[in-house]
Amino acid sequence: MLLIDCPFCGTRPETEFRCGGEAHIARPADPSALDDGAWAEHLFVRSNPRGLHAERWVHAHGCGRWFNAVRDTFTDRFVETYKAGEQPSHPIDDARA
Amino acid sequence: MAQPFRLPSGGRVDRATPIRFTFDGRTIEGFAGDTVASALLANGVHLVGRSFKYHRPRGILTHGSDEPSALLQVDRGPGKIDPNNRATVVEARNGLATTSLNRWPSLGFDVGAVNDLLSPVFVAGFYYKTFMWPRSFWDKVYEPVIRAAAGLGVAPQVPDADAYANRHAHCDVLVVGGGPAGLAAALAAAKTGKRVILADEQPEFGGSLLHETGASIDGQSAEAWRAAAIEELDGYESVTLLPRTTAFGYYNHNHVALTERVTDHRESPAKGAPRERLWQVRAAEVVLATGAHERPLVFADNDRPGVMLAESVRVFINRYGVAPGRRIVFVTSGASAYAAAADAKAAGLEVVMVDLRPERDCASEAADLRLMGVEVLTGQTVIGTKGRKRVAGLVVAPCANGTVGARRVIACDCVGMSGGWTPAVHLFSQSRGKLAYDEGRDAFLPGVSAQAERSAGAAAGVYDLASCLATGFAAGAEAAGATETRAFAASPTRIGFTPVRDLPTDADPAKVRAFVDFQNDVTAKDLKLAMREGFESIEHVKRYTTTGMATDQGKTSNMNALGIVSKALNRPLPAIGTTTFRPPYTPVTFGALVGPARDALFDPIRATPIHEWAAEHGAAFENVALWRRAWYFAKPGEDMHAAVVRECRAVREGVGLFDASTLGKIEVVGPDAAEFMNRMYVNPWTKLGVGRCRYGLMLKEDGYILDDGVVARMAEDRFHVTTTTGGAPRVMNHMEDYLQTEWPDLDVFLTSTTEQWAVIAVQGPKARDVIAPLVSGIDLSNEAFPHMSVREGAICGAPCRLFRVSFTGDLGYEINVPADYGRAVWEAVFAAGEPYGITPYGTETMHVLRAEKGYIIVGQETDGTVTPDDVGLAGMIAKAKKDFVGKRSLARPDVVASGRKQLVGLATETASLVLDEGAQIVADPNQPIPMKMLGHVTSSYFSANCGRSIALALVADGRALMGRTLHVTTPTGFAPATVCDPVFFDAEGGRIHA
Ligand SMILES: [Zn+2]
Repeated sequence: MLLIDCPFCGTRPETEFRCGGEAHIARPADPSALDDGAWAEHLFVRSNPRGLHAERWVHAHGCGRWFNAVRDTFTDRFVETYKAGEQPSHPIDDARA
Repeated sequence: MAQPFRLPSGGRVDRATPIRFTFDGRTIEGFAGDTVASALLANGVHLVGRSFKYHRPRGILTHGSDEPSALLQVDRGPGKIDPNNRATVVEARNGLATTSLNRWPSLGFDVGAVNDLLSPVFVAGFYYKTFMWPRSFWDKVYEPVIRAAAGLGVAPQVPDADAYANRHAHCDVLVVGGGPAGLAAALAAAKTGKRVILADEQPEFGGSLLHETGASIDGQSAEAWRAAAIEELDGYESVTLLPRTTAFGYYNHNHVALTERVTDHRESPAKGAPRERLWQVRAAEVVLATGAHERPLVFADNDRPGVMLAESVRVFINRYGVAPGRRIVFVTSGASAYAAAADAKAAGLEVVMVDLRPERDCASEAADLRLMGVEVLTGQTVIGTKGRKRVAGLVVAPCANGTVGARRVIACDCVGMSGGWTPAVHLFSQSRGKLAYDEGRDAFLPGVSAQAERSAGAAAGVYDLASCLATGFAAGAEAAGATETRAFAASPTRIGFTPVRDLPTDADPAKVRAFVDFQNDVTAKDLKLAMREGFESIEHVKRYTTTGMATDQGKTSNMNALGIVSKALNRPLPAIGTTTFRPPYTPVTFGALVGPARDALFDPIRATPIHEWAAEHGAAFENVALWRRAWYFAKPGEDMHAAVVRECRAVREGVGLFDASTLGKIEVVGPDAAEFMNRMYVNPWTKLGVGRCRYGLMLKEDGYILDDGVVARMAEDRFHVTTTTGGAPRVMNHMEDYLQTEWPDLDVFLTSTTEQWAVIAVQGPKARDVIAPLVSGIDLSNEAFPHMSVREGAICGAPCRLFRVSFTGDLGYEINVPADYGRAVWEAVFAAGEPYGITPYGTETMHVLRAEKGYIIVGQETDGTVTPDDVGLAGMIAKAKKDFVGKRSLARPDVVASGRKQLVGLATETASLVLDEGAQIVADPNQPIPMKMLGHVTSSYFSANCGRSIALALVADGRALMGRTLHVTTPTGFAPATVCDPVFFDAEGGRIHA
């Protein structure tokens, strides 16, 4: 069982957390301005890197706060966690790039 | 004479405490301190099981947890039966009943042994090659035969009568293995004051020291050193000693799972003591001192009972005071077996040593043994064994450069074989550390660590006693953050071996059965056949032949299998690679994993404040998420149907009482609460007046319905939101996610209030009359308090939020009172309603009444692919709102396309026929298969109020099919039904405003 460092509570076991998918995908300010293709991209297309991946996590059975984490999808290691709205200090891999 | 093979002296058993247990019904006598295996051997019993595939006679191969053959069913009393126990680790005691496996009708005469004669049929890949055709044989022939033949032992038939415990622990240093390296590591770590846990799978700490009776450490006997070490460790408050505890799983971030066997060895355990305890240890640092396993030699009929590992022979003699035989032949390619041979000779047994190595490679140890009067043959190979249910002789021949000379049969009743040693790197590998092949030691050793751990002693390929102690001490110190090292003076250890694979033979290869995996009956020939058939990857060979895949996880077989594959493919062993080690290291009981989470503690049950009242009044309950909800209230003599018909009539004609406390509730508060609601729901909220309610519909961003519920505006900045019973956490999470991550600028607070409020629904034409005398501070008149409004006041003196809402289509109120008042208010309403015939009703009646009105239930009419328009709720959407979650998706091409399934009613031609929910719908029942399916039934009930069955369905373009007859599958064929409006009752909707 992994240990995950909640930026608000500190290190806690994995079972207290839930993953919310890829991070840093902001909801468009005006979704109606997007054409169907762009909206489908926003909704459904995610990067799937072998390597560092920025993810949304919530400390569901703890403080209830959402935060971001950089996790290596190959080693399943958490590289860093940081508050929502902040940027990671590690460059993340993007399979779409 | 009892225990004829018990040596006159020696061993750690307590000869003053005799014990008795049974094996296949026969009484076996032994001493306290025996394992079942050592007691059986003391009584001359070598034949203890039949093998898995060929039903060959099998004996005891090892003395520990690596045992592949001696598997027993152990019965400790009613409800306390375990299959697949290794005789070598079950502690013998009074009251055990053990039975052998895989034999019928008896161990001595086993019908399944015919498989052994048919062995040419049961080659590698047999299952894949045979059980393929004809198709009709799968169910009637192959599966019953395989099921009857499969498995080791019989699954228990009754619930486990034992209790199991679960404990979480943290420590600075976890030392796994309490042999010399582990003890030294624990001593070094403990001295620093750090919290240390030392775990060992055996009943006593000491590992090899328990049978190294002649060894010495730092000038004292190994036993004296061992006792002093344990006494010192016991003196530290910071040290936890866990004997009988197996570390079976090494997970992320030094999370190690262990099982402690607490009471199995006790004849009368303390009352309430658990059988086993699962430890989940989070260790800052780990020391793996897990030792090594001896390798069998691969020669023909090496599975004969009486053939065992050389070190195991030594253990039975030195630790248990048992002679595994009177005339023992040791056969080895290494030095350690010489220590075993010397100890056997010293115990007064006849000994012959057969060394596979040429004289020049073993001259020193051979000379020492010859001095003791033991015949030592060198440069030999083994052709096979004599005997059937017990070895009677070993057939050997000189062998040089692959040329086999004249055979000689050495009569014996026990063979001790040694093909070298394999470090137990299982936990290291589980920790994702990288193994590195060491050619000198012919072993995979711990290489690069992936976690905060280090290996010491034999687990790291270090075999001599002094080095085991030194590496252990250094590892323990390092783990505790210290740098101390120290040297130990210890008696020399005989180490070193020449790796051999399957032994050369002059026998007909077709007739040679040289076992590599004893538990899964895999021979060297099977491995070679797999390679001939093209399986070259070790992972493929493993799966095709099943080598290493049994419950022993190939502890004794993996290196031999790898070596044989390497030799046959003529590739260096590291190029073959090794298979992955996975938890558990040894079998773990389901009980230990489940722990106390069984029966009532299996899953938490949520009960409302009115639950007990419902139970007292005869409610049947149904599970809705974790809630237990009253389903219906049958009166004496009523079945469910009769009860529901009565309850439905009572609500429409008089008044009903319903516990709606399970509805999810969220208090949305703050200056930006209305704006937040606008963004989360499809509906408009800005203009909803204080004291008014609205049916809210919530979508996911993909445009599909997530949840629904009535929302009340309690104040300009405060909304009382209700959700479906099962959806409350989902909705709360959904709201929190958007609030925290998309709109952190909004000043809103969300509080889950589901369990703060008891909700009592009073529904029916008489509802107002019933509650009027109880309510104070609220004008209940239709004008002052219309449908879809909310008031704060008091009921029976308790503060309440009184909703005028209805999920039945009739006049109704939902009384929200603080949960602690729930039952008292419920009882007061019930009493006040008695003159009106007030009738408590359950979820089934609630479902029927709402279906009569065509009200959807999220999760029943919707399935995660249903839009508001699909269920006829497009009118809820606030057209003026520029955005809300899901709005953009409602314009997606697939959402606006024609052909989507739409909510309609279905009226069966046969009024009494209640369709199956989920039943498929077609236009033409006579069309060829596969038919075009138009949709499915989502809700279906018998409606007493309508005098017929009613159903809701999702049908492609359903709203354009009004009046059309479609056909619905039933268990007996298609039933015609007419598409109709989903509102079956009071279509004008006047009753709700009464
Ligand atoms: Zn937290």
